Amino acid sequence: MNDLIIQKLKEQFSQNVEATNEFRGDLTVQVKKNSLLKVGEFLKSDPDLAFDLIVDVFGIDMYRPEGRFEVVYNLYSLKNNKYLRLKIVVEEDDCSAPSVTGIWVGADWHERETYDMFGIKFTGHPDLRRLYMPEEYQHFPMRKDFPLMGIPDSIPLPRK
Amino acid sequence: MGLDRIEQDGFLVTKLDAVINWARKNSLWPMPMGISCCAIEMMATASPRFDISRFGSEVMRFTPRQCDVMIVAGTVTYKMATVVRKIYDQMPDPKWVISMGACASSGGMFRSYSVVQGIDLFMPVDVYVAGCPPRPENLLNGLIELQRKVEEDRTLGKLIHGEKLHVNEAGQIERTAVAA
Repeated sequence: MNDLIIQKLKEQFSQNVEATNEFRGDLTVQVKKNSLLKVGEFLKSDPDLAFDLIVDVFGIDMYRPEGRFEVVYNLYSLKNNKYLRLKIVVEEDDCSAPSVTGIWVGADWHERETYDMFGIKFTGHPDLRRLYMPEEYQHFPMRKDFPLMGIPDSIPLPRK
Repeated sequence: MGLDRIEQDGFLVTKLDAVINWARKNSLWPMPMGISCCAIEMMATASPRFDISRFGSEVMRFTPRQCDVMIVAGTVTYKMATVVRKIYDQMPDPKWVISMGACASSGGMFRSYSVVQGIDLFMPVDVYVAGCPPRPENLLNGLIELQRKVEEDRTLGKLIHGEKLHVNEAGQIERTAVAA
């Protein structure tokens, strides 16, 4: 099955598939950021693959000079009982990614969470507000340069 | 005290503070501020096995307007702190707070940007109950400690303009200031 996925993706998007990795049967595919929507659309609509469920979307802060952030999409095919990990790299100075809510509606809150924690803006998202932190909060807690105990007085407490 | 006089004369002489405090401490109605797993132990405390009604506190009211003591049972995040404080402010005086468990008392194991490191940073606390979560017996112990505290409260003197009233031997009223 993994070989079929790789073969199909390479046929369709030879330029845009940057890397594939297989670890104990789990397949990870890294694609270019601007081709994410096309790849997603293909993975969902292709009748042999049919990745129709989005399980999770999350970010990673690699904390390196180039390609600081990664966004990972965990997909699942109900038809084939098969998981796929789709990955893109997001640069710090262009901290945005296309929203996949047009393909999988379930990505809505996952992308809001990723925005809340990492500050990655999902363009085309219908309602990109913070999910956990207060709406007026200025920082992104899951970034590596964010201190463990937070920034003092950044969230006001009620007066004693 | 004067129990023999009750039998003879039909009345009893005591301090008003003592009567009020006796009534108050034996009907502390809790506001169950159950935020996380401590709330499960708090519910167990109300169950027949531990039976908080033995101490007159079985009337858990889900409106702050009818409560005397708030039991903060669980992890208080910064976002939740505003809510806890708002509910506390809606409770009528006199009111007390039991901080139940490690999280409410000190942030517990959540040494993190999102969790308040102890609810005493934004509201007064009367009794801290240790444990993660505390056993129901321990919560009852905290309640008994609070009852002791209520018993010693000098309500009347404080109520009248922060003054303590005392009738001296000549029958005149003496006023002494009391720190609020």
